[in-house]
Order: sequence, then structure tokens, then C-alpha cells
Amino acid sequence: MDAVVGFLEAIPWDQIMIQTVNGIVTGMILALVASGLTLIFGIMDVVNFAHGELFMLGAYVGVIVMAATGNFWIALILSTLTVALIGAALQITTLRPLIGRDPLTTILATFGISLVLQNYALWQFGPVARKINEPFTGYFSLFYLDYPWYRLVIAGLSAAIIGAFWLFLKYGTYGIWIRATTQDRVMAQAMGIPVPWVHTAVFAIGAGMAAASGVLFGPLVGVNHAMGLDWVLKAFIVVVVGGMGNLGGSIAASIFISLLEAYASIWVSPAGRVIVSFVVLVLTLLFRPTGLFVPTPK
Amino acid sequence: MSAAGPDTDPLVTVEGIHTYYGKSHILHGVSLNVRRGEVVGLLGRNGVGKSTTLKTIMGLVHPHQGKILLGGTPITGQPAHKLARLGIGYVPEDRRIFRLLTVMENLRTGLDRHGVTAERKQELLDKVFAYFPVLAERRSQPGGTLSGGEQQMLAIARAMMLEPKIILLDEPTEGLMPRMVSQIREIIGALHREGVAILLVEQNVPLTLAASERVYIMEKGAIRHHAAAAELNVNDPVIQQYLGV
Repeated sequence: MDAVVGFLEAIPWDQIMIQTVNGIVTGMILALVASGLTLIFGIMDVVNFAHGELFMLGAYVGVIVMAATGNFWIALILSTLTVALIGAALQITTLRPLIGRDPLTTILATFGISLVLQNYALWQFGPVARKINEPFTGYFSLFYLDYPWYRLVIAGLSAAIIGAFWLFLKYGTYGIWIRATTQDRVMAQAMGIPVPWVHTAVFAIGAGMAAASGVLFGPLVGVNHAMGLDWVLKAFIVVVVGGMGNLGGSIAASIFISLLEAYASIWVSPAGRVIVSFVVLVLTLLFRPTGLFVPTPK
Repeated sequence: MSAAGPDTDPLVTVEGIHTYYGKSHILHGVSLNVRRGEVVGLLGRNGVGKSTTLKTIMGLVHPHQGKILLGGTPITGQPAHKLARLGIGYVPEDRRIFRLLTVMENLRTGLDRHGVTAERKQELLDKVFAYFPVLAERRSQPGGTLSGGEQQMLAIARAMMLEPKIILLDEPTEGLMPRMVSQIREIIGALHREGVAILLVEQNVPLTLAASERVYIMEKGAIRHHAAAAELNVNDPVIQQYLGV
């Protein structure tokens, strides 16, 4: 009996609770980044290496609009719309001409876009990180911590954006067009669905979602030209673990991996916890290459 | 409505099309026409280019040479989604149901177009559900869970959502049991009575001869024979020559 009590007391429950909250917050942001990535892959077989830079660009547009208006919410909306438009322009100019070519060309093209955007940001904004102020600065006490409300708001907003997007996919006419195109591009076209424009719209939506996460996450870290790298790497892991092109799977995998990393940080250094996601990635590729959160293919 | 003069009013005209898949030359100058409201059969052995002819008309592959006209207007080289809006419905050989979309969502891919009023949408749905009551029962079920025959009905119903002037029907009875085959035969008749033209590719010769007004027979990527369906029968030497085993 004493042994059991001793064991239970040895578990750092307060830390586990805190890390659960942390994991869910990071997971929701990651899900927002990864949904766009997985959707773009699912519909046009394009692995978008520029996704992290769209996230970064979103954060910078947020910084600019914040400086001009001082209003976080205007910054969030304007940044989402601006980067969605930039995404549409990028898709039309660089990816649409590559339709029907070797998929390798699209990897090179998006990788090129990512380098251009990153270096543009470095040139334009310099190497010093910018700051987006959070829209409010309340705290609540979580065990021994003062936990910022803003973090919960991020999680809630990300969930709301993903939820709205899911409803749109499920019930909207254009949502049905997107799902039909994902399943059978040729038949979708024969049903009168303008497939090239569906591709452009999906790329724009994905870019807008990345930008929204950039602005939401901006207040937690500095905004700099390389901030997209970490995220896109994690988003790729999540997309593979969740099953390439599977939206629900990516969202589940985002939360799963973020929670694992958060728990790992109780015992290993914050830098070391990244290992956890790679271990999950390797195990997934070894034992369930179609993805962890998809039904077993028949 | 289908009583258009026999030699007037071509709806679809195909003139000498040459289609390639990569480097292989599939169609060698195919010419045919379908009049408004007419059912035309396209017969031939496997691999002679029947499906490719339909895909070329639908704009899914583009011919290197030749012309395709819809109601007198050239449509060669137009993308498939524009042709679908101009009134060409396509029911492919392998049905190509959107498997993860429900029956209703499959229908909505063709139904949710600009300029179609809510009442008109309801009319169209009522019409296909009257033809295919089983689709009404299964409207919330994913298309992939339907049986082969039900998927074929869904593929036809989905094309009907476009209110097409012509439906390109590729082997609709392939792999279906006899009861389903006769149901497909009835639906071809019903579409014909409504004035929808049909270009029917089939392996089932008796059905094609019974359903069509004229038939074309293809061999090696070209049309070899053209006759009124009434002039042919299953034991005709022409049929034996091009289709006999």
C-alpha cells in the first residue's frame, strides 16, 4: 500500500497537467499549419516546401498591420487574406504550369519559393526578431504557474478555424468540389468542376491557414525569417504520421505528437524532446506507412 | 422530342480525329455524328479505341488532328469542365463514383451549378430518385459502399444532374447481373424519350442493336462500318466479322 502511494506521489501530476495544456495549445497551432499542408498534398500531390515560409510571411504581415493599426484582430484577418492572395498568385505562376510534369519539379519549385521568401524577409526586415503583442495579457494560476489566458485563446481559435473549415468541406458546394477533386481529378472535371481553380483555391486556403497560425503564434516567440523551418518540419512529420492527405489524421497526429513532446520535456531537455517526434515518424514509416490515424487499407 | 429529322441537326460531330496516348497512336481518323435526341451505338472489340473516342469527345484527352463540334460550334481542345457545362454528360467505363462522398454529394457535384434554382434542383433530384429509388434510400451512404449495379445507376444519375444534351455512356452493363442490365436498358429508353442523345459504347451487341437507332463499328482505331441498327442483327456477317470471337 505504501509502495503504491509512494509511486503515485512520485508522479509529478502538476507538471503533467501543465504539459497537457501546453501540448494541446501547440497541437492546435500545429494542426492549423498541417491541415493546409495535407490538403494541398491530398488534392494536387504537391509537397509544399514553402508552407513554413507562408506561416512566417503571415506573422510578418501581422507585425506590419499591428504597427499600423495596433489591433491584433485586424492583423489576424488582414494577414490571413493577404497571404491567401499571395498563395493563389504563387500557385498560378509556379505550380499550375507544372501540372502533369514529374512531381519532383513541384518539390524544386516550392523549395525555390521558400528560399526566395525567406531571404526576402531577411532582406526586408533584418535578422532581429520582431514582436507581436498579444491582444490581452491576463493570467490564471495553474498549480505553481501563472498561465497566460492568451495561450488558451490560441488553442480555441485554432480549433474554431479548423472546425469552420471542416464544416465548409462537409456541407459547402465548394467543399464538395474540393473533396471530389481530391478523390478523382479527372471525373471531377467531367462533372463540370473547374479543377485548375479548385487547386488554386485550396492552395490559397492552405496559405491563409498557415498565415493565421503565424499571427496567432507570433506573440509566443519572436517573428523572424527562419521561424517557418521548425514548424514546417513538424508539420511534415504530422502529415506523414497522420496519413498523407488525410485531414482528420493530421489533426489527430498534431495533438498526439505535441502531447508526447510536452510530456517528454518533463524528463528530457526541451531541445531533446524533438527526438520523440522523429521516433514516432520512424516507427510509423516502419510499421504503418499509410499513417497512424487512418483505417487499415483493405 | 426525339423526332428530329434523320439527316439534319447534328448535335455532336466528330471529324477525322487522331488521338495519341503518349507515343501510341490510338485513334486513326475517327468520324461520326450523333443527332439531337438520338441513341447511337459504338461497337467493337476490346482495345479498338471506343473508350478513347468518348474521352476525346469529353475533352479528357485532346486529339492531335481533327475537329469536334457541339451543335455546330467547334469544341476541340476545350477542357472537360467547360464541356460538361455545355451539355455533355460522361458515364465512364469504371463508373468512377466519388467513393468517399455520399450518394447525395455525388449528385451535388453536378447539381450545384450557377443559374440552377432550388426548385429546378429539387425537380432533377425527384426525377432521378423516381428512376432509381434505391439511390433515394441510400442518399446518405458513401458511394463506395454501393453494389456495382447501384454504382452504375449513381454514375448515370450523376451525369443526368448536368441536364446534358448528350450522355457518353461507356459499357454501362459490364459486369452487371441480368436484372440490372434490363434496368439500364430501360433507363436508356427513358432518357431517349426525354430527348437526351446517347452515344453508347457496349460489348453487349443485342442490347446495343435494340437500344440504338444507328451503330458504328470500330476496328483498330477507325470506324469500319456504319448502319441503321434495324438493318443489323446479331448473326449478321458484318457483326461476325468485326465482333465475332
